[in-house]
Formats: sequence, structure tokens, C-alpha cells
Amino acid sequence: MPPDYWQTLRLTLGLAACTTVLLLALGVPLAYGLAHGRYRLKPLVEAVVSLPLVLPPTVIGFYLLLAFSDGTALGRFLINTLGLSLNFTFAGILVGSLVYSLPFMVQPLQAGFQQVPRSLSEAAYTLGKSRLTTLWRVLLPNMRPALLSGAVLTFAHTLGEFGVVLMIGGNLPGRTRVASIAIYDEQQALHYAQANAYALTLLVVAFAILVTLFYLTKKDAGRRLL
Amino acid sequence: MPAAACCELPAPPVIDFHLRKALHTAAGPRTLDVALALAPGELVAVSGPSGAGKTTLLRLLAGLDRPDGGFVRVEKQVWYEQETRRWLPPQRRPLGFVFQDYALFPHLTVRENLAFAAAGQPGAGPLVTELLDAFELAELAPRRPGALSGGQQQRVALARALARRPRLLLLDEPLAALDLPTRQRLQQVLADVHQRFGLTTLLVSHDPAEIARLAHRVVELDLGQVRRVGPPALPAPALAGRVVALLPGGLLRVQLAGGPALVDVPAPPGRAYAPGDALVLTVGVQ
Repeated sequence: MPPDYWQTLRLTLGLAACTTVLLLALGVPLAYGLAHGRYRLKPLVEAVVSLPLVLPPTVIGFYLLLAFSDGTALGRFLINTLGLSLNFTFAGILVGSLVYSLPFMVQPLQAGFQQVPRSLSEAAYTLGKSRLTTLWRVLLPNMRPALLSGAVLTFAHTLGEFGVVLMIGGNLPGRTRVASIAIYDEQQALHYAQANAYALTLLVVAFAILVTLFYLTKKDAGRRLL
Repeated sequence: MPAAACCELPAPPVIDFHLRKALHTAAGPRTLDVALALAPGELVAVSGPSGAGKTTLLRLLAGLDRPDGGFVRVEKQVWYEQETRRWLPPQRRPLGFVFQDYALFPHLTVRENLAFAAAGQPGAGPLVTELLDAFELAELAPRRPGALSGGQQQRVALARALARRPRLLLLDEPLAALDLPTRQRLQQVLADVHQRFGLTTLLVSHDPAEIARLAHRVVELDLGQVRRVGPPALPAPALAGRVVALLPGGLLRVQLAGGPALVDVPAPPGRAYAPGDALVLTVGVQ
């Protein structure tokens, strides 16, 4: 067992959990807007949301690193006005994860919103319910599989994040060192057994998460047919 | 508490509207253009071929789609007016809408569907119980819509539309998807509901028998234009005929006027028929 195995694992899972919770809160309104809105800038917004799917994580990490540094106006604003020094901190890699995993949350939610029949929300409107009430009481309960998919994919994807964290956070044990970076670090130091401890953990966790997801959504699909 | 006390509705309004909206029909672009005024408690049927704009008309009245021009006034309240750019969103129009596909909330039980609709009103609890009883849904209250038959879902949809205490009821082909016996039973339910609540109602329907049974007036639409407004057509056209033979078992063989067609019918009671006698047949649907 590597010396800071549990510390690194706690940090990795903490990062994934925080990312998932924050992205649920951000993703629901964003996906709602993309699923229901008809505006000219929509393709642009969709492209920005999906960009992390195709960009090398190092590109995202590199620009975030620049944005957070005192060499840019945004960085100076963050550091001097808000007192937020994000580079090489947990908060910094959290922001990076939010950007990196955004499409894994938004795309299932957008599909979920589109799959709920329009007449359900229209029925709620004719019953005098506001858009917010309709979202909360009608739309979200009828897209639970999509919510589950978004949350699980975001969590699993954040677990496996490497490039963004490395660029923004570096490899500070207990602060920014996540399991995927620890694997690389141990392997570079020829500690194969310790790299294996991390690698095997990630493999098992990712596999278990996906099996759970497919088991739950399959059961859900069966229930919906009844 | 007396059973009826919770369901007294405000006096029905007079609805007056003129709506215009571009339609995309199979015959190319057309304009829906309908002007109509409904008396309090009146039930008006809207019929016409598909693509005539029937559903669009209901959606415009409900505020689910935006008209291109015209106005909608309900009592003294303006729901829509082109000149003043006034437009009430559907949430602020006190109406009940029954969708073609019922649009019941699949994750809520029957009772919860009604309770969700009635929420935020005084006396919501007793109203839900009253509606469950009125539509014979008490036994089904804990079930979800997925576990109900089409006719049962239709009753839930109607009850839910009334749970908001609407001033205007819009029914979009409410019985079209049901088999004939269920449809006839629900026509009676609709007739009872209309009598009990006296709601001004617009009913989209294709079925002449249904229209004749329920509606005071019918508006026939075609490609967005009003073809006819008037009393419902008689559902049972009369046919003239002449008796050509007496058959065993009290049957008459009758030749229909204007053609060689022969039909065998039971002899009407009350008098004896002989070949050559004229009589009038009415066609009924069983």
C-alpha cells in the first residue's frame, strides 16, 4: 500500500463528489435551456458545452492555468479582489473538473428533458403551475434515469481526470494529488506495486459504478413499461 | 360538510374571441381565422377534417401557442389582445384542458394527479375527494396512470382539469382513442359533468353522434376557415321505403326509395303492414 494511499483516495473521491453535486446544480438549468430554448446562439452554447469532449485536457488545463494566474486580468481579479488563488489548490482543480466534465452532465440531462412528452409540462401550465414548479414536480421526476446517468458519468469521468488536474493542480499530496496522477508519479519512480494499488482501485471503482448504473437504469426502464 | 359544498363554481363567463394564426396544412399554408362567442354554460363542438386547425384553436385559447392576431376576452378579463399586446400566459388563464393523450403525470398516483392540480386553492383536499367520488375514481386513487385503462385515464384527465375550478373547459378529442362502449359511457359522464358544473365548454370531436348528444352548437372548420356554425346535424338520417313483402317472424322486407336496395326490418308495433305500404326508416348505430 502506498504511504498516502487513503489521503489520495479521499481527495480523489471528494473531488468527484463535489464536481457531481455542483454540476447537477449547474447542469439542470443549462440542459433545460438547451432542450427548450430556440435562440440563435444555441449552436454556439452547445459547442462550448461539448468542447471538453474533443479537446485534449491539457489544453483546458493550460488556459485555466493562465486564467487563474496573475498574468491575466481575470486572474488578477480573482486573486486581488476575491482573494481566490486557484492555481495548485483544491478549489482550482474543482473548477477545472467542472469544465472538463460539463458535457457528461449536460448531454444526458438535455436528452432527458427532450424525452419527457411536451404535453406533460403543458398540462402543468394549464393547471396554473409555474415553470419552476413544473421543472421540479413534473420534469425532473420523469427523467430520473437521465439524472442518474448524468451524475454517475460525471462522477466516473472526474475520477479518471489527469491532464486538467496536472496542469492546474500539479502533484501536491493531500491538496491536489489525485489517484490518476499518483499512478503516473509512482510509475515514474518505478514503484510498480504502488502504482498498481491506485490503478486497480480506479479500475474496480469505475467498473462497479458502471454496473450499478446499467443495473439501475435497466430496472427503471422495466418499471416504466408497466 | 354537505357533499356539493366544495364544488360550487363561480358563475360561468361569456367567452368572446377572434383568433388568427398561420397554419401549415397538407394543402399548403393557410390561415386559421375563427371568431366565436359562447354563452354561459354553452357546450360548443368543433369538428372538421384533420389539419383544419381544431387543436390549434384550443391551444391558442389556452395560451399554449401564440396567435398572430385577434383577441380573447373572458367575462371582463382580456386574455389576449393584439392591439394592446396583452397576452396572459397559460398559468393565469383559469381553464381546464384535456389533452388527446390525457397527459397524466405518470409518476403520481390518481389522487396525487388531482391534488397537484388542486394545490394552492382553498378547500383543495375536500375538492379532490369530491372529484374522485364524482368520477368513480375512489378505488383507483392509489394507482398510477400506467395501471389504468384508457377510459379510466380519460376520467382522471377530466377530473384533473376540473380540480383547478376552471371557468372554461377545453376538450381536445377526449374520447377519440376509446372503444365504442367506453366512449358512450364517457359521453354520459361528460353530459353529467356539464350539467353539474355548467361549464362553458369547447369540445373537439369527429363523432356526429357524440356532437349531437353533447353539444348545443357545432363549429365546422376546414383548412382554418369556419364552414358552418349552427345546431348539430341530426345523427340519424331518415330513409323513405316501401314494404314489398311480409316475412315470417314479424319482419318486413322494405325497398329503399330511389334504388333497388332491400332491407329486412322488424315490423313496428301498433299496426299491420301490407305490401305497398310506405314507411320511414331511421338508421341507428348500435
